[in-house]
Amino acid sequence: MSTAPLLEVTDLVVEVDNGKRILPVLDGVTFSVDAGRTLGLVGESGCGKSMTALAIMGLLPQGFRVKSGDIKLDGKSLLSMGPDALRKLRGSVMSMVFQEPMTSLNPVFTVGDQIGEALRLHEHLNAADARTRAIEMLRAVQIPAPEERVDNYPHQLSGGMRQRVMIAMALACRPRLLICDEPTTALDVTVQAQIFSLLETLQKEMGTSIILITHDLGAVAEMADDVAVLYAGKRAEAGPVATILDNPSHPYTRGLMSCTPRLRLGSAALTPGHTLAEVRGMVPPLGQFEAGCRFSPRCPMADAHCHAAPPPDVHLGASQTVLCWKVTQEQAA
Amino acid sequence: MTNLKQPLVFLAQSVGLALAVVVLNFLLIQLAPGDPVSVIVGEMGGASEEVIAQMRAAYGLDKSVLEQLLIYVSKVAVGDLGYSYYHNSPVLQLIMQRLPATVLLALSALTLAVVLGTLVGVLSARKPHGLLSSFVTVVSLIGYAAPVFWTGLMLLLLFSAIWPIFPTSGMVQMRAPKGFMYYVDVAHHLVLPAVTLASIYIASYSRLSRTSMIDVLSQDYIRTARAKGLPEGKVVYKHGLRNGLIPVVTMVGLQFGQLFAGATLVETVFNWPGLGRLAFESILRRDYPTILGILLMTSILVMVANALTDLAYRLVDPRIRSKRA
Amino acid sequence: MSVVSMDKSPSVAEPAVVLASKPQNPQVEALLLFLRNGTAALGLSMMAIIVVMCLIGPGLYGIDPYAIVNVPFAPPGTPGALFGTDFLGRDILAGVLIGGRPTLIVGCVAAAMTIGIGVLIGCMAGYFGGWIDRALMKFTEFFQVLPALLLAMVIVSIFEASLLTITLAIGIVGWPQAARLTRAEFLRIRDLEYVRATRTAGARDFYLIFNTILPGALPPIIVASALTTGGSILFESGLSFLGLGDPNMMSWGVMIGQNRNYLLEAWWTVSIPGIAIFLTVLAISLIGDGINDALNPRMRKR
Repeated sequence: MSTAPLLEVTDLVVEVDNGKRILPVLDGVTFSVDAGRTLGLVGESGCGKSMTALAIMGLLPQGFRVKSGDIKLDGKSLLSMGPDALRKLRGSVMSMVFQEPMTSLNPVFTVGDQIGEALRLHEHLNAADARTRAIEMLRAVQIPAPEERVDNYPHQLSGGMRQRVMIAMALACRPRLLICDEPTTALDVTVQAQIFSLLETLQKEMGTSIILITHDLGAVAEMADDVAVLYAGKRAEAGPVATILDNPSHPYTRGLMSCTPRLRLGSAALTPGHTLAEVRGMVPPLGQFEAGCRFSPRCPMADAHCHAAPPPDVHLGASQTVLCWKVTQEQAA
Repeated sequence: MTNLKQPLVFLAQSVGLALAVVVLNFLLIQLAPGDPVSVIVGEMGGASEEVIAQMRAAYGLDKSVLEQLLIYVSKVAVGDLGYSYYHNSPVLQLIMQRLPATVLLALSALTLAVVLGTLVGVLSARKPHGLLSSFVTVVSLIGYAAPVFWTGLMLLLLFSAIWPIFPTSGMVQMRAPKGFMYYVDVAHHLVLPAVTLASIYIASYSRLSRTSMIDVLSQDYIRTARAKGLPEGKVVYKHGLRNGLIPVVTMVGLQFGQLFAGATLVETVFNWPGLGRLAFESILRRDYPTILGILLMTSILVMVANALTDLAYRLVDPRIRSKRA
Repeated sequence: MSVVSMDKSPSVAEPAVVLASKPQNPQVEALLLFLRNGTAALGLSMMAIIVVMCLIGPGLYGIDPYAIVNVPFAPPGTPGALFGTDFLGRDILAGVLIGGRPTLIVGCVAAAMTIGIGVLIGCMAGYFGGWIDRALMKFTEFFQVLPALLLAMVIVSIFEASLLTITLAIGIVGWPQAARLTRAEFLRIRDLEYVRATRTAGARDFYLIFNTILPGALPPIIVASALTTGGSILFESGLSFLGLGDPNMMSWGVMIGQNRNYLLEAWWTVSIPGIAIFLTVLAISLIGDGINDALNPRMRKR
C-alpha cells in the first residue's frame, strides 16, 4: 500500500445556512480510500454520512457549503476544480448509488435510456452503441432478460431490480470511485445480500473503490476493508475493519456493534464488561451539539472532563484513530 | 385485445356524451319561446291559419315530443343541424365557415399561453425566491383578476390607438392581399386577439408549471441526473421538464371548454369572424338553430380536444400508458 | 434503539427546535394565521372598502347613475363629474358605485350555488363510489364538455335576462370543478382511520358524510370557493358586457359593453368600470391566497 490513496478527505468542514444562522454539519472529517478497496462510512441518521458523500460528488444541496478542508481524487483537489470540470468527473470517474431505488430513477424514461445517458455523455457513444452497452450492464448486474428489460420503465421493476439498475447506471462508465449511500436500506433482507455480493463481484472485475455508507456494522464487516465511524459531524473512530471490530475503542462504536445482532456475540466475548444493550438517546439536531465531546450526553462512561472540552484524535497502534477522552486518559496512564 | 377494446369503449362513451348534448339541445329548443314556424311566419309578415298548419306538419311539429326528438336526433346524426332563417343557410355550412377562424385563434392563444407560461414558470422555479418568481406571482394574480374582454379593450386602446401598430378589428384588411401577404395580414390581425385570450391562461400556466417544477426539481431522480454528470440545462429541461409537464397537460385538457368561452368574448371585442361571434350575434337575433348548432359543435370539439389531451398524457407519462392500456 | 432508522439527510427547512406548542383549536389557529397574513389582510381591506362603497356610495354621492347630467364624453376631472361621463352624458362615478351591486350579488349567490351543487354531487360520488360514482361523474363530464359561457348565454336568452336567471345560469354551468374537487377529497378521506372508526361505531351514511368526512374535506373547498366567487363575478361581467345582463340594471359589465364603441374617443368610459371589476376579483383572490396559506401552513415556504 505504498501508492497514494485514490480519495483523500482531509479536515472537511461543511456548514449550512438555514436563513437564520449558520450551523455546522461536518466538522473536521478525515479519511481516505485506496484503489480497489472498500471503506465503510458508519453512523446513525443525521451524523453527516450522506452529506460527506454529496460533498465529495459536489452535489451539496442549496444552503450547504464546504467551509474548509480538502477532498482529493487521484491527487487532484475536487474543491478547487471549476463546476464544469467537476461535472465531467461525475458519472465517469466517480459515481453514486442512492438510498431510495423507488424514487431515484426518472419515471418517464426507460432504464436503457437512463443507463445509456451517462455513456452518451462521457464516452460519446451513439444511441445504438449506448443501448448495447446498457444491455451489457443490465446483464452484469444480473437482471434476467436484459434485452427486454432495457425498454422497461422504472415502475415496471421491483425495488431490488431498480437498485440493480441504479448500480448499472453508476458503473456504466467504469468509475474509479463508487459511493453507495445505504444501497440496501429500502430493500428486503434477502435482496440486500444479493446486492452486496453483486457489488463485490463488480468491484473485483473493475477495480473500483467503494465507499459504503450504512448504519449496519454487519454490512461493513462483510463488505468493507476499512471503516470510519461518524457521530454528529465528527469522525469518532477509524481504521481497518478487522482492527475496529476486534477492538472497538470509542463507546459509540461499541454501542453500534451491540446493536448489530450478527456481531454481538463476537464483540461481547472480546470486550466483556463493556457491552451495551443499546445506545440511549438520539443524535442531537444540528446546532445543538455539546461544547465538550459531542457524544458525552449519551455516553455511559462520560465524566465532567468529557462534558467540558472536545477530545483530540488519538492514534491506537498503526492504523486506528479514536476521538475519546477515555482513550486519551488510558494512553496517558 | 385490450388494445382494441379500449378505443372502442372510449368511442362508445363519446358517442353517448354527444347524444346527451343533442338531447339537451332538443330540450332547449322546446323551452325556447316560439317554434320555427312562428319565427318564419313572423319574418314573412304573417300567414293564414291553413298555411301555418301545413308548415307545422312539414316541420313535424304536429307529432309527439318523443317522435320529434327521434327525428331531431336522426337529422343531427347525418349532419343536418337545421336551417338558419336569418342567414338563409344551413347551420352546418355557417358553422363550417366560421370554425377555422376560431380554431386559429384558440390554438394560437393556447400555444402562446402554454409555451410562454411554462417557460416563465420553469425559469422562476429554478430560483423560487428570486425576482422572477415574485413577478410571476404578481402577474398571475393580475391575469386572473382582469376580465378578458376588458384586457382586450385596453390592448386595443394601447396598441391600436395610442401606439397604432396593430389593426383594430377583423381578420384581414378591407382589400385582402393575395398569396403570402394574405397570411402575413392574418397574422398581423391575430396578434392582439391571441395575446388577449392567452393573457388569462399565461398566468395559470406559469403558476402551475412553477409549482410543479419546484416539486419535480426536489425529487431524487434529479439528484441522480446530476450525479450522472449531466449539465444543469439537461437536468432541468430533460429530466425535470418531462415530469413537470404532466400537470400542465392535464390542465390543457380541462381548459378547452373555457377556451371557447374566452374566445366568444375576445371575438366580440375584436370583431374576429369566428364561431364565438356568430354565437353572440345569433343570441341577439334569437336564431336558435344556429346557437344550438354551435353548442353541439363546440361540445364535440371539446370532446375531440380531450381525447387528444388524453393521448398526449399517455405520451408524457409512461405510468398511465401501461396502467390503462 | 435509534440505530435502525432510515437515514435522511437533515433538511434545511425544518426548524432545529420542535416547538412544543399546545394543540390549540385548529380552526382558531387557522383564523389567527389568516388574519396575520399580509396578503389576506390586504385582500380583506380592499374587499371591505369595495362592499362599503357599493352599499352607501350611491347614497352619499347622490347623483342618479341613469340620469343625463352633463355633456357626453366629459373627460375625468370635469367639475361635477369626477370620473367623466359616458356616451349619453351619464356620470361614470355614479355608475361605478351602483354598478357593483348586481355584480357582487350575482357573483356571491352564484358561487354559493356552484359550490353547493358541486359539493353535494362530489360527496355522493366520493362517498358511495361504485355505479353512483360512475353515473355522477359521467354527468359531471357532460357538463364539462358543454361550453359554459355559451350554455349560460342560451339559458339567459331563453328565460329573459334577470338577476335570478343569470345567477341560475352561472350556478348550473359552474359546478363541475367543485364536484371533482370534493370527490377527490372524499376518496382520500373515506378510508382514513377515524372515518373507519366512526363507521365501525355504527354511524349512518348521512352522519358520516356531513359530520365526519366533509369537515376534513373543507379546507380545499373553502379555497376553491374564493376562486369560484371571483370566477362568477368575471362570468357575470362577461354576460353583462355581451348585453345579456339584466337590462334594467347598471352594472360594471354593462357599462363597458355600452361604451366599448367609444373606447377610442373616451377611454375612461371603459377603463374605469374595468378597473372596478379587476380590483374586486383581485381582492377576492388575495383573500383566497390568504386562506390557502392559513390552512396549509407548510406550503407557505414555497
